[in-house]
Amino acid sequence: MNRHVISVLVDNESGVLSRVSGLFSRRGYNIDSLSVGETQDSKLSRMTIVVRGDDKTLEQIKKQLLKLVDVREVITLIPESSVYRELMLVKVKTDADTRAAISGIVDIFRAKIIDVAPLSVTIEITGDESKIEAFVDLMRPYGIKELVRTGLTALKRGDSKIQA
Amino acid sequence: MQLTGAEILLECLKEQDVDTIFGYPGGAVLNIYDALARYPNNIRHYLTSHEQGAAHAADGYARVTGKVGVCMATSGPGATNLVTGIATAYMDSVPVVAITGNVALPLLGKDSFQEVDISGITMPITKHNFIVKDIDNLSTIIRRAFHIAQDGRCGPVLIDIPKDITAATTEYEPRQPLPLNCHTESITDEAIDKAVQIIKSSKRPLIYAGGGVVQSNAASELIEFAEKINAPVTTSLMGLGGFSGTHKLFCGLVGMHGTKTSNLAATKCDVLIALGARFSDRVVSNVEKFAPKAKIIHIDIDPAEINKNVDTYHHIIGDVKAVLQKLNGFIEKRINNTEEWTEQINHWKAAYPLNYKNDGKLRPQYIMERIYALTDGEAIISTEVGQNQIWAAQFYRYTQPRSFISSGGLGTMGYGLGAAIGAQIGQPQKRVFNIAGDGSFRMNCNELATAVEYNLPIIVVVFNNRALGMVRQWQDLFYDSRFSQTTIDRATDFVKLAEAYGALGLNLSRNEDVDQVLETALKSNRTVVIDCEIDQDDKVFPIVPPGAAIDQLITEEV
Repeated sequence: MNRHVISVLVDNESGVLSRVSGLFSRRGYNIDSLSVGETQDSKLSRMTIVVRGDDKTLEQIKKQLLKLVDVREVITLIPESSVYRELMLVKVKTDADTRAAISGIVDIFRAKIIDVAPLSVTIEITGDESKIEAFVDLMRPYGIKELVRTGLTALKRGDSKIQA
Repeated sequence: MQLTGAEILLECLKEQDVDTIFGYPGGAVLNIYDALARYPNNIRHYLTSHEQGAAHAADGYARVTGKVGVCMATSGPGATNLVTGIATAYMDSVPVVAITGNVALPLLGKDSFQEVDISGITMPITKHNFIVKDIDNLSTIIRRAFHIAQDGRCGPVLIDIPKDITAATTEYEPRQPLPLNCHTESITDEAIDKAVQIIKSSKRPLIYAGGGVVQSNAASELIEFAEKINAPVTTSLMGLGGFSGTHKLFCGLVGMHGTKTSNLAATKCDVLIALGARFSDRVVSNVEKFAPKAKIIHIDIDPAEINKNVDTYHHIIGDVKAVLQKLNGFIEKRINNTEEWTEQINHWKAAYPLNYKNDGKLRPQYIMERIYALTDGEAIISTEVGQNQIWAAQFYRYTQPRSFISSGGLGTMGYGLGAAIGAQIGQPQKRVFNIAGDGSFRMNCNELATAVEYNLPIIVVVFNNRALGMVRQWQDLFYDSRFSQTTIDRATDFVKLAEAYGALGLNLSRNEDVDQVLETALKSNRTVVIDCEIDQDDKVFPIVPPGAAIDQLITEEV
């Protein structure tokens, strides 16, 4: 089962998220992550959906999405020609002994410490998934208290854009 | 001009040429019903016994006329009672617009009396649905709803209108209906040419026609095409009537209850041309073993159907009628290379006709044959679901599109009577029969009251075997004859029941009385129920056991 990143341009109507997520659940498609937000045109939203499935399933997902009246355009964003980013906030246990070491790793990853408390720091990091996973692995020994991820969001590289 | 929301609704229905709606009033649609009574309109409203009947009637009306069927219900239970009807229309791609009232906007989301999120409930069973939250969007939404219901692959659309929207006023301006796109842009010369080449090189072609042929009014194009390429034609249940049942190239149904000829032909053919069909599991059975030797050419208006259930060799996306017109223009009349195949098909037809025990007992198959004979094949047949449905499909020959009205996809017991009401209203000059079983008739027989009220001369033929026959048949064949909860030997007297509703009730128990009883029913010009006492163990044959290849069918020993 391959992972695919699809970008779906939808009308910014109430209920559209529920139509899309309902379609995935009733047809048994697996969503790894879904992120959604308004585009440069406030009438449109873009959903970035990471799905798992073979090529045939991907084809069906795209076709079924296009049958939804609110869906304008569906494209697959292939890794070679796309930029993928995700934002994570993670709260890590610290004390006087570990704070410097954590701060060093944060610098190497070009992450940011956005909150410091006596027993923890909260770190913001963006990147593609492998970078985020690597960072999580490095933080784990210190003790992760809380973690939240936005899910992948993505665009095609270059001048082209997804047309409405 | 300034109109209320309810008046705008009526005006917009007028724009769409709607003169018939089926519905049931209630609190949240009071303003609409008030407008129906006082505001000038040409709409005839048919009051059913139950909202489900209204939804099925709108569906049946749409199927026989090709127009959009419209049904209306109040909020809450009124709306939920439409759900089975909407799902039925969705599965069979029938253009229906369902209008529901809802509680006023300030009460939405507060668990108010008779409030239900019908938009959420019907999301997976409509092409699209709307909640009107601003009266200024009302007319646009209604116009879009009718467009969506008919555009491309047809289907139901629901419009949920809060009560205060129907009371508010705004400016209304009449508009022409949005033009329907015929979806011909994807029918390229290359795609057509490739199809022609595949067909030309085939020695054993088979056409598999589905409901899309009926929906796109492509019956005459299909006859021309089949005759040109000299290919036998089989249909899905939804495709019945799309190709004349009396044509020499017709092989009958394919699939679970297909004829042996069709199922053998599908298994042996080298090219299978699917027209407006979706390779449902009831046709395909075992995907691995379906049409194993064939290059499949799939022609359909819905791109999502291509490679969904079976892998295809070539496809053309577009309106079936438009594709066939183009194909017919490209293809020359075929002469020789399918002769052997034709001979083979004719041999199968002669060797394996549909048959049934002819031992003097009253048989449902014989009743269907007599209905065909006595109506010259001109009737509209609606069905319930189960054995009655398949007997009606097999033993009446459908020569015209839109003459067989049945819940193919959802398999809705209780569909037929409501659908027959819609069909009779849509085609008043036709004779309409509802072929029912005792189980499915009992589900929604309350609509007899509607048929009687509107003087609809519908003839309900109840194949009464005192059992849920199809399930019982499965229990007999595949569950060691353990008849769990399928014997329904109830005390109900269907003749008296009919009389109680003001319909004519007739009993039929002997084979030799079939013609006389049917003639009495036909001549009465009333709503009639014929209680046909058939054998509890009569079965539908052929039948393909679940999971088997379709050429592994069980046939009746006669």
